[in-house]
Amino acid sequence: MRAPLSWIREFAPIEAEPSAIAEALDRLGLEVEAIETPGREIVGVRVARALEVRKHPNADKLSLVEVDYGDGTTTVVCGAPNVVAGMVVAFAPSGATLPGGFTLEKRKIRGETSDGMLCSARELGLGDDHEGIMSLGEGSALGTDVRDVLGLHDVVFDLSITPNRPDAMSVIGIARELAAHFDVVLNISEPENTTAGSRTADDISVEIEAIDACPRFTARRIAVTMGASPVWMQQRLALAGMRSISNVVDVTNYVMLERGHPLHAFDLSRLPGRGIIVRLAREKETLTTLDGVPRILTPVDLLVCDAQGDGQAIAGIMGGSQAEVQTSTTEVLLEAAYFTPMGISKTSKRLGLRSEASARFERGVDPNGVLAASTRAAQLLIEVAAAQVAPEPIDVYPEPVQREKISVRTARVNAILGLDLSAEWIKDSLTPLGIAIEVDATLDDGFIAVAPTYRPDLEREIDIIEEVGRRVGLDEIPRTLPHTTEQGGGLTVRQRERRLVTDVLVGMGCSEAMTVPLIAPDDVAAIGLDPDCTVRASNALRSEEPVLRPSLIPGLLRAAAYNAGLSRADLALFEVGHVFLPPVGDELLPDERDRLAVLIAGTVRRAPVELDRPVDVHDVTEIIDALSVALELADLRLEAGPAPGFHPTRSAAVLVDGESIGHVGEIAPGVGERVGVGRPLVALEVDLDALLDGIRRQRTFVPLSRFPTSSVDLAFVLGDGVSAGAVQATLTATGGELLEHVYPFDEFRPGGRSRSVAFALCFRAADRTLTDSEVAEVRQECIDAVVRVHGAEFRT
Amino acid sequence: MDTDAVPDLNLTAALEAVSAARSPEQLAELRREYLGKRGVAARVKETIKSLSPEDRPIVGQAVSLFTAKITEALDAADAVAGPETIDESPIDLTLRGHGRKRGHMHLVTQCRRDLEDVFVSLGYQVAEGPEVESDWYNFEALNFPPGHPARAMQDTLYVDLGEPEQVLLRTHTSPVQVRVMESQTPPIYCVMPGRTYRNETLDARHSPVFHQIEGLAVDRGLTFGDLAGTIEAFTSAYFGQKVKSRLLPSYFPFTEPSAEFALSCVFCDGSGCRVCSNTGWIELGGCGMVDPNVFRSVGIDPEEFSGFAFGFGLERMPMLRYGVEPIKTFFDNDVRFLTRY
Repeated sequence: MRAPLSWIREFAPIEAEPSAIAEALDRLGLEVEAIETPGREIVGVRVARALEVRKHPNADKLSLVEVDYGDGTTTVVCGAPNVVAGMVVAFAPSGATLPGGFTLEKRKIRGETSDGMLCSARELGLGDDHEGIMSLGEGSALGTDVRDVLGLHDVVFDLSITPNRPDAMSVIGIARELAAHFDVVLNISEPENTTAGSRTADDISVEIEAIDACPRFTARRIAVTMGASPVWMQQRLALAGMRSISNVVDVTNYVMLERGHPLHAFDLSRLPGRGIIVRLAREKETLTTLDGVPRILTPVDLLVCDAQGDGQAIAGIMGGSQAEVQTSTTEVLLEAAYFTPMGISKTSKRLGLRSEASARFERGVDPNGVLAASTRAAQLLIEVAAAQVAPEPIDVYPEPVQREKISVRTARVNAILGLDLSAEWIKDSLTPLGIAIEVDATLDDGFIAVAPTYRPDLEREIDIIEEVGRRVGLDEIPRTLPHTTEQGGGLTVRQRERRLVTDVLVGMGCSEAMTVPLIAPDDVAAIGLDPDCTVRASNALRSEEPVLRPSLIPGLLRAAAYNAGLSRADLALFEVGHVFLPPVGDELLPDERDRLAVLIAGTVRRAPVELDRPVDVHDVTEIIDALSVALELADLRLEAGPAPGFHPTRSAAVLVDGESIGHVGEIAPGVGERVGVGRPLVALEVDLDALLDGIRRQRTFVPLSRFPTSSVDLAFVLGDGVSAGAVQATLTATGGELLEHVYPFDEFRPGGRSRSVAFALCFRAADRTLTDSEVAEVRQECIDAVVRVHGAEFRT
Repeated sequence: MDTDAVPDLNLTAALEAVSAARSPEQLAELRREYLGKRGVAARVKETIKSLSPEDRPIVGQAVSLFTAKITEALDAADAVAGPETIDESPIDLTLRGHGRKRGHMHLVTQCRRDLEDVFVSLGYQVAEGPEVESDWYNFEALNFPPGHPARAMQDTLYVDLGEPEQVLLRTHTSPVQVRVMESQTPPIYCVMPGRTYRNETLDARHSPVFHQIEGLAVDRGLTFGDLAGTIEAFTSAYFGQKVKSRLLPSYFPFTEPSAEFALSCVFCDGSGCRVCSNTGWIELGGCGMVDPNVFRSVGIDPEEFSGFAFGFGLERMPMLRYGVEPIKTFFDNDVRFLTRY
């Protein structure tokens, strides 16, 4: 909402400086996005008339315009499609300065000299309209400074109004807030029901079929003389960011800006049956709106129809093209109505059609201010369009909306705000906002606040408390801290361990990525998952990426591809984040899980101290080991086997307490290449909660043995499919308490034969030095167990 | 496997000899005897080429093992006995190469932890919730009835589950407030960090995904003054004491009174600059007293308890503190960015 200061001052005589007013608006919750002084930087821009418009000889979209600027004529090149001979325009001659400090110079455009330019509204700092050059209308002498014509010496507050404040979508509403704040009298006179001319009784009709959606509809029949609106009106509309169209349309917009109440003028001669029916649309009914777009409707949309039942406007949002006011119009039906906010909001959202009218109706205009808006428009039409107004409007309003009566307790106001205000202070603070105070004998310490109907946001005690808070100034309330002794702050064990997991990964050389969880179906299929068995967004703006990731790997692959494109092919990334699997059973929401994934690519660079080498699976398995150690997991093992997206013979399941929690290994050939990431590529993905649910090692202290160790090396020939990890587990189990540690130290594959793996075992007893025969016995037990369990051959 | 297959390689005896040696001279002698040019290992190795093809790998292995074990034992003994002379060949410690590097936590995670720690020190706990939510948790329980214009303030991404528009990617972390209030009884002091979504395409100024952190306090006697004080406490804990906070009235369906909170500009200390559009203030987030309708939807009596809530974008914090921009930077995963912080 753009509010010119001069217009505000018409209703509230505020003396304060614009900066102080802006600060007050912020403090009141009417957020100032910008304070504009459009005229400040404009120098030398003058009123001119386009005398002749010719095509530019060297450019299709440009024209040559000869302009009369009062003191002479000259030629400019213009790119706007709307320029026509006779139009009165804002002409910036060479030497003139526009907002932003831009000074024009005479220059050649495609071979033709342009002696300045014709300005659009945006170029003059008046809102965003840049579709064509601005038409100034008749009435100003050529050569006049446009700042005088457009009122550009004014200050404009560009306000962002929250959805709960329909009243602040008007100059009067803003003036009311400021008048209360600066403690000045608000001057609003109710417009008198003026009649002019000799129109006889109305012969128009109004019928509401959908009273829930349209509780009130008023119509007036007004004869008009079409033309341009006066300069003062055009000025205000321009400052408020609206284009001048014609005197009749400008009046409806002017009243909307002044009072917050959208109006619509229909050309009565093109409204069959000379009447109105308000009804819900039929399924698939279409209506072409003013902007020329055919709109397909549904039965939730409300239509303002002619008396024959044909739609003429989408109620409260946009008029239709058929009964649009034109230069030939002689008589209008002026609509002033109250449409319920919910319906307007739904239709406007569904059609993607927002207008100044819908922005007000969906917030909720004042149902009891309808007639005053209509009357005000009639007054103005008499003034600017030589209107003849029928004496009484038709007003269909079967169930008038009553003002809310709200009980307010003084103690409650103070309890919520943290203040100690008196009842009198509270009451006095509310009345300037239009809230009436009534005494309620049943309340010990309170009163009744009667909310005005232009404030539909005031329904409950808490709403009144907010008003009191605004009157005090939320920023003025003394700041305190809660003092609770019933709850201590802290992280849960799970939360601390999640931090530990991240710390381990960082310590292991991985950097944390955050990838977008919406991905393409092809990326899902590429890692061997079924893209049809996923959860999808139904309205993703990026329709090619609708899948909620079932795995973190595709996102990390995309991140690796992004970096490969930057010549950063060597990387170690991890991500901790949610994946989304289809709902389990009758659940509504997806099976959403926290996962941890690692992707390592390229070369492990150690030169010149050690040798460079390509990444390999051990770079990820060592991360698993580090996590296992950090979390003190009692039983984390790898079990060789294929997994979707992984290499068939170079991957393993990660088992915690015997249950698979994810996979680790080399990414399947082709998966990385598909997105431009070369091999080798190794990865790990596990369910984070399953990892953290793992049983932990006993932390009970075991006395540290002071006796010497006995070392034994054992080598076995292992058949295909027998993993070193499994053999090691068997040795650990068999070695029992005497075995202090065991690790593989050699792998040897004699040409073409089964591989041989050698383990170093270290034995130590808690209470004695082991004898040779004891060591020999446990050594034999270990050998026998491996031979028996794994079918291995012991190598002597 | 061991060296028994080759009688000349008596590993056990050799190891005993090494452990019996006391002086550097004796050790040097043993090194020559076992590993020297004419030592035991070299002699056995010479015989390999005359062996049968089956025996060759076995003997070869035995030699390697013997050499490795004896070298290890001699090196260990040398280290104890002390070398004959100090090896003075220099090693350049500044020659770093690439080596193993520590990784980096994402800047958003760092910021999240910092803020969690600030709130924990103020007596708060941390809660999380799902990213896919029902309309009830994301909107309706938060006092956004169907068709409410405030819903249009957020471009919602819906999910193909349930009835149309019943399931969605949460547009804010506020649904976690509802879940916390449903599952706990007051007093509640809780912050809720997490990922949130909007129907946007990733470009310089927009992101379909970003992070928020939300705070909720529900207790007897909490006031708007407590809310304002809490905001001042955490902003000065994160940005430093000289940062001021300001609250201006605003509107959110789930709080009343509602406010937007702003910080004095961290770039110009409030004197006005490009970042704060010469206002001296930078808007950070929204806050307010929990609306009684929200309390009713989770079964808390608004007459007995009051509460406040606040929320803001996590990416905003490093954007303000370090000048990171645009927002896309956080999700491109450019390793130059990831390893910068």
